[in-house]
Amino acid sequence: MADNGQSPDSVSLTIDGNEITVPQGTTLLQAAQGMGTEVPHYCYHPGLSSPAMCRLCLVEVEGAPKLLPSCTTTVAPDQVVHTSSEKAHRMRTGVLEFYLVNHPLDCPICDQSGECELQDYVFEEGREHGRGREPKRVFGRDDFGGDVLFYGDRCVMCTRCVRFLNEMENNPLLSVVERGNRSVIDTFFDSGLEDAEWAGNVVDICPVGALVSKDFLHKARAWDLDHTPSICHSCSQGCNIDLHTRDNLVHRMKPRHNHSVNGHWICDYGRGRYESLNRGDRLDAPVVRDGGHTTAMGWNEALEAVVDRLEGTDGGVKAVVSPSWSNEDLGGVANFVAALGGGDVFYRSAKGEEAPLPGFEGLARREDLAPNTRGAELLGFERVGDAAGSGGLERLADHKGVILVLGDSLPDAPEDFGAAAKAVIYLGAHTSAALGSASFSLPVTTFAEQEGTFTNHDGRVQRFWPALDAPGASRPAWLILGATVAALKGGDGPRSADQAFQLLGQRVAAYEGITYEDVNHSGAVINETVTVTGD
Amino acid sequence: MGYPYSHEKEVPILSKYFGDPEARTLDGWKARGGYQALKKALEMTPEQVIDTVKDSGLRGRGGAGFPTGLKWSFMPKDKTKAHYLLCNADESEPGTFKDRELLRWVPHLLIEGCAIAAYAMGAEHIYIYCRGEFFEATQVLGRAVEDAYEDGILGEDAMGSGQKIDLTVHVGAGAYICGEETGLMSSLEGRRGEPRVKPPFPAAVGAFGMPTTINNVETLCAVPPIIENGGEWYRQWGTEKSPGTKLFCVSGHVNRPGNYELPLGFPLKDLIHDVCGGIPEGRALKAVIPGGSSVPLLSAEECETCALSYEGVVEAGSMLGCASVIVMDESTDIVHQVMRMASFYAHESCGQCTPCREGTAWVTKILRRIEDGRGTEEDLDTLIELTDQMTGTTICVLSDSVSPPVQSSIAKFKDEYLALIRRGERMGVT
Repeated sequence: MADNGQSPDSVSLTIDGNEITVPQGTTLLQAAQGMGTEVPHYCYHPGLSSPAMCRLCLVEVEGAPKLLPSCTTTVAPDQVVHTSSEKAHRMRTGVLEFYLVNHPLDCPICDQSGECELQDYVFEEGREHGRGREPKRVFGRDDFGGDVLFYGDRCVMCTRCVRFLNEMENNPLLSVVERGNRSVIDTFFDSGLEDAEWAGNVVDICPVGALVSKDFLHKARAWDLDHTPSICHSCSQGCNIDLHTRDNLVHRMKPRHNHSVNGHWICDYGRGRYESLNRGDRLDAPVVRDGGHTTAMGWNEALEAVVDRLEGTDGGVKAVVSPSWSNEDLGGVANFVAALGGGDVFYRSAKGEEAPLPGFEGLARREDLAPNTRGAELLGFERVGDAAGSGGLERLADHKGVILVLGDSLPDAPEDFGAAAKAVIYLGAHTSAALGSASFSLPVTTFAEQEGTFTNHDGRVQRFWPALDAPGASRPAWLILGATVAALKGGDGPRSADQAFQLLGQRVAAYEGITYEDVNHSGAVINETVTVTGD
Repeated sequence: MGYPYSHEKEVPILSKYFGDPEARTLDGWKARGGYQALKKALEMTPEQVIDTVKDSGLRGRGGAGFPTGLKWSFMPKDKTKAHYLLCNADESEPGTFKDRELLRWVPHLLIEGCAIAAYAMGAEHIYIYCRGEFFEATQVLGRAVEDAYEDGILGEDAMGSGQKIDLTVHVGAGAYICGEETGLMSSLEGRRGEPRVKPPFPAAVGAFGMPTTINNVETLCAVPPIIENGGEWYRQWGTEKSPGTKLFCVSGHVNRPGNYELPLGFPLKDLIHDVCGGIPEGRALKAVIPGGSSVPLLSAEECETCALSYEGVVEAGSMLGCASVIVMDESTDIVHQVMRMASFYAHESCGQCTPCREGTAWVTKILRRIEDGRGTEEDLDTLIELTDQMTGTTICVLSDSVSPPVQSSIAKFKDEYLALIRRGERMGVT
């Protein structure tokens, strides 16, 4: 990167012997990060202000009398910076020693263990043996309300949590009280973080085990968890997340940084709803109902039965889909409906009140409490029902052709739902009382068990990856629907989510030309002038 | 006139009216020639005022000794933003009590100094940040400010000059760290009294985000006589590098403790034995802290040759600081005194920076253990290393302040530590 032309907007400097050019105003810490050097830090967080108080990111700058905090010192032309010179290293060893003076060293029972920055830094640069002979100061544990538990003794006083609530949530519910080494993070009122809507983020940004999640407490060790990039399924904002899984269960949901969508943050509402991915009431084998008999069978036979029933049908299709299913799945429904001579597709979505995070523009828990309402909209599906996500089924009630249901277990369906229909096909993940009499119950995977995309409220297509093994014989809906259409009309159905998405591109102009590579981890905006509708 | 005692070697400029209740009133102050300097200053250009102060060589009396005129000239000249002058009256360095007496006896001198400084820097508002425990001083000052407003000295049209000079007295809540200039600004703004990272320096981004200059009470009090008499006049006292007079707060083992206004460069030996009347009961001198608790101790031998100027005390191995001279005779238990200082810093650390938050408390715990006779010789090495680790690594210098008393006492009075460690004996306790 070393450069010839220094434009007025960029600055060339030397960090650890490497000459680099970065934009003016870059901090030394960011500049070092850019070349792959991580300067240890606690109080600095890329999403928050920098108070430069942890004193861990001090680096040596030639010509400066003292070590300088790299998180607030900005680059200057021809600066020569040493991040790990003898002086800087000795200072960090010293500061780390201070961090351990009152730290309980209870790593074996600490939830943060394995992903703890105090562990990491001390392991790298700390003293081999402690010199502390004095009794430690003890704060004990405090319930901060909501999902947050505070272990005062582990705290490194970086105040990221305090600043998050001040700067992002604009709701200063936490503060430092007392001073000196008696200073401790505390809540103002007994309700603590109870009413906060984004407080779970303080657990994520806590570099140590001081703030931990009650929900996750002692459930798993950090190193046993697999992390799978995914998209939060709780509203149409489409926050980027990681699903942390172990033994085929999701144990927690953590935000994944995407500056265009959610920054470093996710809301408590979404964070708490990972448990729906662990539901036990799953369909796990295709079931065909013939007369009064229901028979579980393999996929080949089941699909043969479906095709037999569908061949020669007329009267078109009416379908209800859940906007929690992927673009590929919804596209499969659209293809299916078209192959059977057309029809109507409806979707229903619960609505909540929009809850923005004031400190991060464009981030809010959106009104639509489903991840893919925009995807359904783009396919021309029609929204029915009320704000609770129910109702609207009268549009299908007397339909005499084929009724297809994807993902929505229709809890509010009348007892005789689909009685007049030639066939009711239920592609669902969960058992449904209303659809117990469906002609075909075909088990499909949820987004957490398959590859695919959602389109968020802002028109951003975002990918997710399979985090869990699919139960029993469940398969992605796009695969089942594709195979059915192929059996009816000839040709091949899509064999991968990628192909299913390409098929979607042929149907919906907004997706045309977009590939999975384009979307990748940070998403791709659909082809049209995007207007933010606010829902 | 010093207070409560005086001595013929004193040069009373600021302390001339100490002990004279009349001087506190506006009429009494005017009768003593008050507000003539402000009147003169308002007839000068701001640059001329700054130049006069520069000529006088006046150095900041808060402890750092930074040249005052130079500091004033850092204020931006353009007036796109409000400018503020803060007067630091949060005097809390252990051993210091000069500003309190200035506030109590000559409040109008301070108001006059503030007004001149504000005019020189184009500051539209002055805040005097008073230490929370200064109950009487704050009342006296408050009354004086009211009188000055009523008389038109302060306000929209200060002394008929057309200049607006406003002044607010703000009372702190009693934290040492609020005497640190950026901590003071945070406290003034209503936040926790926590120092801020420099840069940006106050002259660029200070109180309420505006260009700000912070001066000590004594510094501002020295301004009116300088304006009235000129910079050269002020230089007749003191040394080349430390011109003028200074209030010395003498406490500890002397017969006549108190404030004494002496020319800078005055011999420490004479201050103790002559001006202050020597040490009680004829005991021998053991150590002196010449500039408040944050500076290295001087041993009795070092005191012999030490001249009380900024450069003279540095030469002797310590710092002048705010000239708070704490005298300790042979009956003093040095380890205990150092422990008390360390525990003061541990108590007053704001807790932001890790080396200070943890280090001050840790050092105190070790010293306490040594004092209890459970120390080891390695503890002394640990103390030196810890105080090294605490120096130059934090936002403000509170953390650095622990090092001088600890390190100098270990260097100069190691016997006392070893007596405790080896034999459990306290030295000096009578």
